[in-house]
Amino acid sequence: MPELIITKDIDAPDLDTLDGYRQHGGYEALAKALKEYQPDDLVEMVKKSGLRGRGGAGFPTGMKWSFLAKNDKTRYLCCNADESEPGTFKDRMIMEKNPHELVEGVIITSYACRVSVAFIYVRGELALAGRQVERAVEEAYAAGYIGKNILGSGFNLDVIVHHGAGAYICGEESALMESLEGRRGYPRLKPPFPAAIGLYGGPTVINNCETLATLPAIVKNGAEWYASFGTEKSKGTRIFCLSGHVKKPGNYELPLGTSLRTLIYDEQYGGGILADKQLKAIIPGGSSTPMLGADKVDTPLDFEAIAAAGSMLGSGGVVVMHEDTCIVGAVLRMIEFYRDESCGKCTPCREGTYWMTELLHRLEHGQGKESDIDLLVDICDNIGGKSFCPLGDAAITPVASSIKLFREEYEYHVREGRCMVGAGAALAAVH
Amino acid sequence: MISEQAKQRMRDLAARYPVARSAVMPALHIAQQEEGYITQDALQAVAEAIGMTVDDVESIATFYTMYYQQPPGKKIIKVCNSIACYLRGCDALVSHLEQRLGIKQGETSADGKYTLMTAECLASCGTAPVLQVNNEFVENVTLEMADTLVDEWNRELSAKETEPKTEIRL
Repeated sequence: MPELIITKDIDAPDLDTLDGYRQHGGYEALAKALKEYQPDDLVEMVKKSGLRGRGGAGFPTGMKWSFLAKNDKTRYLCCNADESEPGTFKDRMIMEKNPHELVEGVIITSYACRVSVAFIYVRGELALAGRQVERAVEEAYAAGYIGKNILGSGFNLDVIVHHGAGAYICGEESALMESLEGRRGYPRLKPPFPAAIGLYGGPTVINNCETLATLPAIVKNGAEWYASFGTEKSKGTRIFCLSGHVKKPGNYELPLGTSLRTLIYDEQYGGGILADKQLKAIIPGGSSTPMLGADKVDTPLDFEAIAAAGSMLGSGGVVVMHEDTCIVGAVLRMIEFYRDESCGKCTPCREGTYWMTELLHRLEHGQGKESDIDLLVDICDNIGGKSFCPLGDAAITPVASSIKLFREEYEYHVREGRCMVGAGAALAAVH
Repeated sequence: MISEQAKQRMRDLAARYPVARSAVMPALHIAQQEEGYITQDALQAVAEAIGMTVDDVESIATFYTMYYQQPPGKKIIKVCNSIACYLRGCDALVSHLEQRLGIKQGETSADGKYTLMTAECLASCGTAPVLQVNNEFVENVTLEMADTLVDEWNRELSAKETEPKTEIRL
């Protein structure tokens, strides 16, 4: 069993309280950071650790911090805890069970980036997580970890917990800032990037919840220690959210580079496919990442290997589908999500997700035409790269990747008017 | 009516953020807690507390799906129907609840007791299928569990109905 970093002690009783967290070494990293390091040293440390963003894009964290514009405007930190990528449930766990780890990460990052006001944007639907984070912030204020002259260092910080209200798009960083500013969550055009002109026009760093929760361990144990986990280019561990047709779904923190096979089949983790059926497809990083076929099960879960296999590590949400899954039905369900969550700002995404849903719906229910399949591919081409934010690109991913891998299933739907496999076969016959 | 206490909380929030209008979302949450949904009064109160126009506040309230435009039932049941729950049978759960509650998804029962809706991925894929009742999770839901839950809700809501109403004199 590899040594765990972020989820170490996650099931310890009272870990969610200040005292409980401190019993497990909580806030020692903050004291160390403030006492032994200048902010810029911490940026260097995080660069050296190789930590990359755990939200989806996987951008190197230290490098992101070093891009902050050097001017006299107020700097802001936004913690993106608006977890809503289908297949992802790690940030919710961190917030519910170990909220102080996140808060400590927020404070360390704020110090490293010379931020004076930090926001934690918690997804509105996650009520318990929101309460836990709010309480942790209050406790940290009372203990002098947040506020004026933190631990006698002269560093001042204000932390505001902000609750979302139901909009997947607010997980996109520029939409998140719009939402924080009290507007509809419409993405902004980039550049300028948030590091230059972000929240309220100030230089802004936006990091995912898991990324921030990793920082106390890095500060406490050092960059080299962290970099000793994982692979040459993908350092450290991350929480893989395993779901779908596996025997033991759940969150498993593993070193990057662990194979999909280990995650899915090892008794300590997924324990194999439900009812010992055949593996059919894997979504390796949340529904916005391309599907992989069963032949890719030996791919290591690191940024480079997953990219070479044709997908992305994304948010770490590994969704497993077995042989009885109708791919057309599953893709329809995924596209309905993007149709509903498209903010409507850009025409290609707003209209394209709608029409893809309509086409998939008629294919799934046996009313599709042969030309619908190519029409879907054509729509993908008309959305990809033609919208402000990555939601449109994400929406075409399940469609494009599944047509590439499982075109025969789409054709079967056209020809036979029903699903090739699965419970959906009988269901479709009724329609 | 939005209480004076709630209005004060909204004004405090407006002062807490670097820019007042950032408080519009939390202020709407407060208003909804009081009224159950976003009423005209709620829009008015938020607009006054934050210093925005009513139309501007409404444009925010109609963008985010957690602000209800109509009065919901006493029990708001959201069943996740995204991919991980789909693979674990959430559609059967939705049909079952529709049958038990006598309403379709998206509807509120005529007696105002229940609102049933589907929700986008609720970050509970490892314990799918999942539902929320008034924002609190129930995980690994089986059809049997759903039956037990509906029975409990029914009991709870009918108990409330028979409670003697106490008159408060000030």
